[in-house]
Amino acid sequence: MDVLTQLLNGSMLAATFRMATPLILGGTGGVFSERAGIMNLGIEGEMLVGACAAAVVGIATGNAWLGVLGALLSGGLMGLLHAFICIRFHANQTVVGTGVNILATGITPLVLQTLYDSGAASPATPTLEAWSVPFLRDIPFLGAVLGTHSPLTYLALLLVPVSSFVLFRTRFGLRVRAVGEHPRAADTMGVHVYRHQYISVALCGMLAGLGGAYLSLCQVSMFVKGMTNGRGFMAMAAMIFGKWNPWGVLLAALLFGCSDALQMVLQAGGSQIPTDFLLCAPYLLTVAALACFVGKAVSPRQVGKPYIKD
Amino acid sequence: MKNIIEMRGIVKRFGNFTANDHIDLLVREGEIHALLGENGAGKSTLMNILYGLYRQDAGEIYCKGKLAHIREPGDAMALNIGMVHQHFMLVQPFTVAENLILGKEPVRGLRLDMAAAKRRIRQVSEEYHFEIDPDARAADISVGMQQRVEILKILLMGAEILIFDEPTATLTPQEIQDFFEICRVLQRRGHTIIIITHKLKEISQISDRVTVIRSGKNIATVETSKVDEGRLAEMMVGRAVRLRPSKERREAGEVVLEMRDVHAKDPRGLPALRGLSLQVRSGEIVGIAGVEGNGQSEIAMVLKGLAPFSKGEVRYQGRSYGKGASVQRLIDSGVSHIPEDRQKSGLVLGMSIRENMILGMEDWARFKWGPFQKQKEITAFAEEMRTRYDIRCTGVGQEAQSLSGGNQQKVILAREIARDPQFMIVCQPTRGLDVGAIEYIHAQILEQRKRGCAILLISYELDEIMELSDRILTIYNGEITAEYQAGQVTSEQIGLAMAGFRAAERTGQDVPEKKAGDAV
Repeated sequence: MDVLTQLLNGSMLAATFRMATPLILGGTGGVFSERAGIMNLGIEGEMLVGACAAAVVGIATGNAWLGVLGALLSGGLMGLLHAFICIRFHANQTVVGTGVNILATGITPLVLQTLYDSGAASPATPTLEAWSVPFLRDIPFLGAVLGTHSPLTYLALLLVPVSSFVLFRTRFGLRVRAVGEHPRAADTMGVHVYRHQYISVALCGMLAGLGGAYLSLCQVSMFVKGMTNGRGFMAMAAMIFGKWNPWGVLLAALLFGCSDALQMVLQAGGSQIPTDFLLCAPYLLTVAALACFVGKAVSPRQVGKPYIKD
Repeated sequence: MKNIIEMRGIVKRFGNFTANDHIDLLVREGEIHALLGENGAGKSTLMNILYGLYRQDAGEIYCKGKLAHIREPGDAMALNIGMVHQHFMLVQPFTVAENLILGKEPVRGLRLDMAAAKRRIRQVSEEYHFEIDPDARAADISVGMQQRVEILKILLMGAEILIFDEPTATLTPQEIQDFFEICRVLQRRGHTIIIITHKLKEISQISDRVTVIRSGKNIATVETSKVDEGRLAEMMVGRAVRLRPSKERREAGEVVLEMRDVHAKDPRGLPALRGLSLQVRSGEIVGIAGVEGNGQSEIAMVLKGLAPFSKGEVRYQGRSYGKGASVQRLIDSGVSHIPEDRQKSGLVLGMSIRENMILGMEDWARFKWGPFQKQKEITAFAEEMRTRYDIRCTGVGQEAQSLSGGNQQKVILAREIARDPQFMIVCQPTRGLDVGAIEYIHAQILEQRKRGCAILLISYELDEIMELSDRILTIYNGEITAEYQAGQVTSEQIGLAMAGFRAAERTGQDVPEKKAGDAV
């Protein structure tokens, strides 16, 4: 009953977009990184660091937008670190990504402890106020779904067509894709392979960082230890499920977001299903989606393989 | 005629190994110049120096009469020198147009200007009769077409001097003819072409002059019209080479293998063999002539027990295979197989020579003691094979992937012959090998014939089929279309049957048949 009402008044779909936001941001970032041939398992860690940096800068300056900037920069730095180890030392990219994640899980509580003397959570951060879009909010149903959201949600939605344009219609995008598919061919045509990889992986870190900022500045208004809780990995799943295409990432993220929203609605509505099972739902869906579709999704050919110039 | 490229006294060393030892190469403007040598003779090294991928340790390069300092491919490109590598550099999921513009993309504002790119590509493609579709995906076009895209790529960069590294290695016979036609068009339009090759036949077909290199040294530069293949082979290998294997006549024995009305599907599930029948007798080589992709691979797969067949019967030494047989049982009962692709299915590239040498025999009592391998025995066996087959390696512990193609093939040959096979399926045994290695491999195959082994030879090289076979069957679209006795048929007749012309079948039946091989 309750679910039906919420569906009809659009609030569950609005929740879908809220839950999907970090996945769209992280997943689109992943698309850039992997299209350039660098496998990025570190999205989770970059998101976590972004969430932490957003909270820290936000609290220190009292300005949520500066917090967003902090997330962008810290995520970008994590991305550069990832790229540097992968490119400069031809390291195994699975190991580097895992390392980035471990680094993030380790360093964020340390920051909490040092700054706020608490190992679990930061004080309240300034909140990034939601925008209510004139006209759009007045349209029946659609207004309820899309009319009022965090600026970062709108940014994530805007990012999809922009990324798609960049990847498939511009010179930079063509070169990034060539680098991920056949770096030697790109190299013989005078394309700077490493430069495009650095830019793409840094961009991935920045977008993942933004996803983190959304968690700490918009969803909860504080940083909690380990708060990404697998969302970076779900973003990767959305990237694969979405076949390394921004529009595909959007759809996959919305699907995951929807199951998350449904789970919340059911839980709030006092469903008979045990809470633990409901909490599992988005993750189960992720596993199911990957198990069913990953075989059909074709990754960029050289992803995960270091390019070594002669 | 003046020289457009002069390479003088080029020396290139890799560690202790001298790949180029004072080589001179003079290429005249507008000619097609072949660079002939065995694998490892140093011809690719020389061309990589000219293209700026390597730098010479000594020697000078003059381009159009001026001393040229070529440090990287960009320098070569600036001198209008372009190179098409043996392994194509195409981004598979990209369209032809995207591949061609990469690195110097025309843009309008932020957007790629694909329309302008395609216009330009169509224009140049027409100019050279390339018939390239700029919208096709690189992954979807034939190897010959991919090569044209590569040629177009360097032409768009302004290349006047074109270097082709083993351009025909991966082409079908028809594509090779098309490629030669393209070379002639390029020549007519004033381009100079250097072709690296070890195929003698092609040299006489296409080149004006040929420079022969052996073990890093220049042997000679000659006018192609003034030498024959035998002389070129001798210059290349350094000794007289038997280009035509000597084969004594012998009567074939009883039927060892028989396929009757066999139907099978290819890996994509499409029908590949449609009622194919053939017989192979002991002491006889039966050659399957045909254009690649007409069911040859499936014959080998079915006979090796690697693929099931849906209808018909296969009998080996009188016993029926059933529907698909166990590979191990076939190996143990004397079926050997030299696979089409030695790197993909002939060897485990990451394993050593000695380990590769006993593949399929690792369970033989000779090589194991309970669950353990008899390491000494295996090494001794590998060493024996190394000596007998003259496998050039640093030791039997060397990884198979670091061997040259000819030596890789020798490892496979040694392994397959060591089992004293009653029946051998030999596929493309000399693809990509040089004259010396081909001569050796052919001699080994004939040696097995002499021993009484029944041999089914599958090759896309018609010459190889005609030289080795006792009987020749042509295959088209999964069926045997004609049967000929070796020596009583011309390559034209076979060529027609390969192309599916039934008329040729009648010609085949005109040939008096001595044996009862009723394969059609």
